[in-house]
Amino acid sequence: MGCGRVGATLATWLDADGHDVTVLDIRPDAFKRLPPEFKGRRHAGNAIDQDVLARVGLRQADAFVAVTQGDNRNVMATQMAKHLFGVRRTLCRIYDPIREEIYRDLGLETISPTLVGAQLLKDLLDKQLVVADGEAEG
Amino acid sequence: MYIIVVGAGKVGYYLAKELLEAPEGHEVLIIELDAAKVERVTQELGDIALRGDGCEAATMEKAGYGRADMVIAVTGDDEDNLVVCQVAKAKFSVPRTVARINNPKNETIFKQLGIDTTVSATAAILAQIEQELPIHGLIQLLSLKGGGLEIVEVKVPQRASVVGKRIGELLLPQQSLITLIVDSDGTPRVPSNDTVIRAEDQVVAVTRRESEDALRAALTNSSSPAAPGR
Repeated sequence: MGCGRVGATLATWLDADGHDVTVLDIRPDAFKRLPPEFKGRRHAGNAIDQDVLARVGLRQADAFVAVTQGDNRNVMATQMAKHLFGVRRTLCRIYDPIREEIYRDLGLETISPTLVGAQLLKDLLDKQLVVADGEAEG
Repeated sequence: MYIIVVGAGKVGYYLAKELLEAPEGHEVLIIELDAAKVERVTQELGDIALRGDGCEAATMEKAGYGRADMVIAVTGDDEDNLVVCQVAKAKFSVPRTVARINNPKNETIFKQLGIDTTVSATAAILAQIEQELPIHGLIQLLSLKGGGLEIVEVKVPQRASVVGKRIGELLLPQQSLITLIVDSDGTPRVPSNDTVIRAEDQVVAVTRRESEDALRAALTNSSSPAAPGR
């Protein structure tokens, strides 16, 4: 759910790995991000509408990933997938680290790109500093 | 009571206004992201508006969710109202949360996720329509030549008193016969006296013209007075 840069890339990878993938996005022009070799289904619709989720066959899905721009949309859709459609494996992107912590405590599988990204940058920066210090000392 | 209203659209604005005017003397705070709406509330209702995102923890701390007796989320987006209420409960242990929902089908999942009360204008209007108009009416399919007989179709509503009963038990008007039942999956059945009526069954019957109303009533009336709002 959500065919932005992350959603489109993830869908393309999963498709290339041989999985049966459906991409859902509220804006049909978002599917332009998918490469021509993408073999999965594209479905334009509102993913926090349970009729739409039923129509794309969510009940038969083994996994559901919510990566729209809206934290709250992702949170709501993931909870619907989990509680209404019984999807076993769900992943929910939440930019806001505080909200991410709350929903992790409530039992959702969540990821906050804000924290992951900041941590990655900090690690790289630390490494550069260590190298710089080494050069200064050496 | 200390009541926090999230969303200062028309619903939030008038809700806050009514709450302020109530004789109980509630303390009311409105949270709204849009500066123009915050300005309007401040001008008309006084210094009761806080500009910010109602589901962001920083705004929530500032608004004092921790001492709120009730949080009412009435933005135009169901997902925002859900998250406001869930975070209010999980992080600030707010005793009572109320969410406005636009898609009536979201009621189930909101309840399942712990929201105390959901209010849907769509569902309220639908309930009103169901009460005012017999939408589960009787459709005339065919008039049989002579004898004043007709073939009609009636859809059995969810709450009809006939649901779960055998056809043999039903009190139907004189010279009315149930001839065919199509269930909600679209499977037709030729009924016998032991056939059980189910909700959403389409019942095709032969009846006398003057018995139409009585037949419709027999197949569609609720067992108890319809509770509006479900």
